[in-house]
Amino acid sequence: MDELVIDVAGLNKRFGDKHVVRDLGLQVRKGEIYGFLGPNGSGKTTSIRMLCGLLTPDSGSGTCLGLDVLKDSAAIKRQVGYMTQKFSLWDDLSIVENLDFVARMFGMADRREAVDRAIDELGLGGRRKQLAGTLSGGWKQRLALASCLLHRPRLLLLDEPTAGVDPKARRDFWEEIHRLSASGITILVSTHYMDEAERCHRLAYIAYGNLLASGTADEVVANCQLNTWEIAGDGIHGLAGRLRQLPGADLVASFGTTLHVSGTDRPRLAASLQALQKDTGLVVTPVAPSLEDAFIHLMQHTADPLGN
Amino acid sequence: MARFSFSRWLGILIKEFIQLRRDRLTFGMIVGIPIIQLMLFGFAINSDPKHLPTAVVMADPGPFSRAWVAAMRNSDYFTIVGSVDERQAAALLDRSEVQFVVTFPPGFNRDLVRGKPPTLLVEADATDPMATGGAISVLNKLGAEVFAPDLPGLRPPAQPLVDLRIHRRYNPEGVTAYNIVPGLMGVILTMTMVLMTGLAMTRERERGTFENLLATPATPLEVMTGKIVPYILIGLIQVTLILLAARWIFDVPMHGNLLLLYGVVLVFICANLTLGITFSSIARNQLQAMQMTFFFFLPSMLLSGFMFPFRGMPEWAQAVGNVLPLTHFLVLVRGILLKGNGIDMLWAQIWPILAFMTGVLTIGLKTFRRTLD
Repeated sequence: MDELVIDVAGLNKRFGDKHVVRDLGLQVRKGEIYGFLGPNGSGKTTSIRMLCGLLTPDSGSGTCLGLDVLKDSAAIKRQVGYMTQKFSLWDDLSIVENLDFVARMFGMADRREAVDRAIDELGLGGRRKQLAGTLSGGWKQRLALASCLLHRPRLLLLDEPTAGVDPKARRDFWEEIHRLSASGITILVSTHYMDEAERCHRLAYIAYGNLLASGTADEVVANCQLNTWEIAGDGIHGLAGRLRQLPGADLVASFGTTLHVSGTDRPRLAASLQALQKDTGLVVTPVAPSLEDAFIHLMQHTADPLGN
Repeated sequence: MARFSFSRWLGILIKEFIQLRRDRLTFGMIVGIPIIQLMLFGFAINSDPKHLPTAVVMADPGPFSRAWVAAMRNSDYFTIVGSVDERQAAALLDRSEVQFVVTFPPGFNRDLVRGKPPTLLVEADATDPMATGGAISVLNKLGAEVFAPDLPGLRPPAQPLVDLRIHRRYNPEGVTAYNIVPGLMGVILTMTMVLMTGLAMTRERERGTFENLLATPATPLEVMTGKIVPYILIGLIQVTLILLAARWIFDVPMHGNLLLLYGVVLVFICANLTLGITFSSIARNQLQAMQMTFFFFLPSMLLSGFMFPFRGMPEWAQAVGNVLPLTHFLVLVRGILLKGNGIDMLWAQIWPILAFMTGVLTIGLKTFRRTLD
């Protein structure tokens, strides 16, 4: 068994009468990229904040980097890099001033060298005096990552790091994440993007405070026990509504020029689709369910008790 | 140009009202501020103060001096706090515990009977000229009323019965600037210190940078004090500018120790900064912090004795005023600059400021940690 960097069980957090995180258990191994998925408002950010000591869990137990999440939040903060969902460096400080400030907050002895190295690695040497607020979205994100790597954390917590960033910057970002992971840093990253989820070593799916699935991408898909068919042909755009009525169809999703129909009851759905094929002449092909199919399936099968 | 659409306009109007109602604090302030202020200031403010504390130095007790004292009391403008000797009287004036000292010289009664107008010395604390004006004009009319019934043989006097000598102490010419300029120092400090720190923290929260700060090992105490110190320096610069202007433009006398003044200013600045920080940990956004500041600022202006005489207010308003740091700061600054008071006379005004600071700081530290939770 590999060394566990995050090992928590039964974490709970309530805000007033909202039970935001319910009995969360999470095991993350050293050096792995762990994807954290779930719909908006499902408690991902709250969970991450509890792991890095920003919030105190109401109940639960566990360790983060071998330190108690309830008692040692100060020590945890020193070894964790946390990148917030919204850009949270100071707009009215320059790049170098931001990094210097963060380095001081972590009491780094070799502050100057660390800041200079970070700026060199960013490739921002010529713009070190530019105000952070005037950077583009992609650069802001890279600067934010550089600032949370400054104190050489052993664990990175990234809260939707690529929201609103262009595809090229996203790809570069993920290359960087994999490089960091190869160097032994553990990374927990929350995301809404399926392609990003597939780049993670392992995944957890959380909805409305409950952990619904975890494992590798293949395991998550397999555990859903979905059977998926792809439907192609003329006039499929008006067809989604009709497909949803089919006996055995749990899930209908559009994928460009095709539709995916999925269900857990394989023989029943297969029969329905065979009838449909005869009836309309559409091309019906069985395919492997994608991660997205699996997640949408998970999402549909959890009621939202919070109403958000 | 597009036509003015009434339904579009109505849509904007409705949206604005909905948003206004959502922001509970703003809504409360819009409704609450006029009511509270009307009640507070409408009843509290009185520019013709009565019942001013007065000490009597009695070197010649007798029927006429007693009658005079009784008449002062009956005029409603004076509340006689007691008989003291000269040294005590001077100290009471210095500490602003009394507004007037009335000294009856030896032979007051005898001289009066002989028709030789005795000297009656009235010393007034004129640091705030407005506070003493009404009472002094009453004193001038008192002579004839007091003695006419007892000395019926007297014709309406060609000359006054009593030689009334009024000394306007600390500000003999009744220059309003002597009062206003040191007072402004307190008002300006209150305004900028509370507002700037109030905004400093809420700005971090509004922009989301606060979360980043909390994710570092920085402790609440480090964050709070680290944010306060720059504003202490700004406050000291403001005070220096005001003092320079007071000295060279307004010719305000400076009798006391300037170092002592800066010490007092420091305490006052800290009290206001703690309040600002506390406001900012309660307020959700910069607008709310601003509103809280104004909510605090108005009573500070009106109930502290800056704009209107403190002793003119009813007791409940004085009690409110006594909570405010500015009330005590005004007495301290006027005491040091105009009266030349030393450190031994200041404690009575410093401890209420410290108490205010401690109370506010306790609330502030309690709410700070909860900001993200």
